[in-house]
Amino acid sequence: MTGTSDTFSPPVIVLKDLVKFFGRFGAIRGVSASFAPGRLYVVIGDNGAGKSTLLRIIAGLMEPSQGSLTLLGASKVRDVARSLGYMGHAPLLYDELSGMENLRYFAGLYGLHDEGVCQNAMQMVGLDPELSRRVAQYSQGMRQRLSLARAVLHDPELILLDEPFSNVDVHSAREMAALLGRMRDKGKTIFVVTHQAALMEDIADEFVHMTSGQIVAREALLPPRRTSVDSKAEKWL
Amino acid sequence: MSTFGMTGATLYKDLRMEWRSKDAINSMLFFALLVVVIFSFAFTPTAEESRHIVGGLVWVAFLFAAVVALNQTWARELRNQVLDAYRVSPAPANALFLAKALGNFLFVVVLEALMVPLFVVFYQLRSVGPVWQLLVVALLGTWALVVNGTFFAALSIRTRSREIMLPLILFPISIPALLGMVDATTSILTGEASPDFWIKMLAVYDVVFTSVCLLLFESVLNAE
Amino acid sequence: MKSVFIPFVVLTVGLLAFSTYQALFVAPTEQTMGEVQRIFYYHVPSAWTAGVCFFVNFLASVLYLWKRNAASDALAAASAEVGVMFCTVVLITGPIWARPVWGIWWTWDARLTTTLVLWLIYVSYLVLRRFSSGGQTQVLAAALAVFGFVDVPIVYMSIRWFRTQHPSPVMGGGENSGLDPAMLYVFFWNLLSFTCVGIVLMVIRYRLQMLEEKVEAAHVTAALQGGAR
Repeated sequence: MTGTSDTFSPPVIVLKDLVKFFGRFGAIRGVSASFAPGRLYVVIGDNGAGKSTLLRIIAGLMEPSQGSLTLLGASKVRDVARSLGYMGHAPLLYDELSGMENLRYFAGLYGLHDEGVCQNAMQMVGLDPELSRRVAQYSQGMRQRLSLARAVLHDPELILLDEPFSNVDVHSAREMAALLGRMRDKGKTIFVVTHQAALMEDIADEFVHMTSGQIVAREALLPPRRTSVDSKAEKWL
Repeated sequence: MSTFGMTGATLYKDLRMEWRSKDAINSMLFFALLVVVIFSFAFTPTAEESRHIVGGLVWVAFLFAAVVALNQTWARELRNQVLDAYRVSPAPANALFLAKALGNFLFVVVLEALMVPLFVVFYQLRSVGPVWQLLVVALLGTWALVVNGTFFAALSIRTRSREIMLPLILFPISIPALLGMVDATTSILTGEASPDFWIKMLAVYDVVFTSVCLLLFESVLNAE
Repeated sequence: MKSVFIPFVVLTVGLLAFSTYQALFVAPTEQTMGEVQRIFYYHVPSAWTAGVCFFVNFLASVLYLWKRNAASDALAAASAEVGVMFCTVVLITGPIWARPVWGIWWTWDARLTTTLVLWLIYVSYLVLRRFSSGGQTQVLAAALAVFGFVDVPIVYMSIRWFRTQHPSPVMGGGENSGLDPAMLYVFFWNLLSFTCVGIVLMVIRYRLQMLEEKVEAAHVTAALQGGAR
């Protein structure tokens, strides 16, 4: 099943007959779809539906068993790594370092040495750059926020998030969701895999339903969403 | 940032993390001390004889200490799956490898620097040959162990029984290097033969295997 | 290819029978060592065949790292197993030979020791294959195979040098001892037959591996088609 494609700009992701097997278990069993840029896609489905696997393949962490993937016009994900941001199910952070130290290191991997970039990223997710506490001592909400900061540090065009709200308090979750909406408004393409669809209802552009390794439905929410700016969120801008 | 720059950044991060937690360092130091003491109980030769066997003892002790250290290196990257963050970034795989290898090298060299005086004391060692040659052998030999060790540690984290897998695949391939280190050390200590061949051989070993590691690391890092 | 294989197997069996007969009955008895020397006709050809197998393993591994196809990996797996098998033969026949002749079970001579190290390296390769999971096995094993093979000349040179420093009895009469022409003749027949046996075993094992691949692929296809589309 092919999804809607925006006729005004080239699709940011094109998947063709994607298959991924682990031994005899088919995690992805034939996915063909294309996704337009500047939208917020929410991928939902039961456990084992293949959502995380799909995200990992798109992020370039896993090779598909069969099929092809075109990302931002490139056939090899490595070529466009600079334009890609990934937030995994696990925090992807160093426990022994502080928030800023983590971000500084990862910024360096993208060739960014400006201290301001890291500070902005932390402030954007609602964390204090002055905080010298080690990540090991962060609450889950803080950890997820920092992980998000790390994923978007280098201002990527495409952002992939795997369960960003897991075990996060409601307040943090709502703020993160609002932030994602604002990033989408700026033209970023965002994929969120989550079990908490309700959180995303107001800001998602499309719900992608997966079952048993296939996309079974795509539910576009019309008209294209724009995040409402409320006074609470305003202070993070 | 160039590969060297990223290698440096990763190395700096690792050293800093190591300094903060001091887990590995402390337990390694104690382990090194234990190894020396136990060997001293097991082998108690006269000063004259000891020069002939210490070459072997010292390197076996270093080897065991190194293996324990090597297993730790990648463990840090697996916690919180933080290795994914590196892999997703445009940073080159070899920068990561070199950073880990250099970190391990420094670590093992520190251990050796601490174990050597202990050996000297327990075995009343005096070297007949020039000490600077011992240093060259130590550095070349340690790099030989560490470069392959770092690579194989990365291999073995993807297997079951990873702690036993590392020495299992590392030791056979390191045999010529070990032979060289031991024989060169013995030759220098006793002054009975020239270590030149071994020094050259170790240098060749280092160059060959460093190249092979750099060629193959990216494939291994991304095997999932 | 299948049609060529069966006659080849038959030929190999014939060759093996012939060369064994030659080794045990036709070849002249050695002057100093006596009948036990006949083990030489198993010992050296096995070593040679093991070497051939490991070389094939190296080529297959490099090919796999380049092309990433199942056939290369299957060949790598097959050749490693057969190679280890022949290597084991060398390590067993060595002591059997050494004991009556030199009175010792083991001598750290250059060639025997290199064989031991080779055996260790490739056994570790097989263990790695066994202990790693899923799609990673092939890449990891191929990487290790490259390391192992590159190590071989270094191992040999190191042990050679070590032996010149610390000499000990050399099996098979040293580097330059000549062979009686009659013995040479028998030796070459055995060399040929062992190589053929090695090839036969590798092909069989390769086929087995490829069959396993086909079964897995069939499961995959079935699962893909079974899902709602």
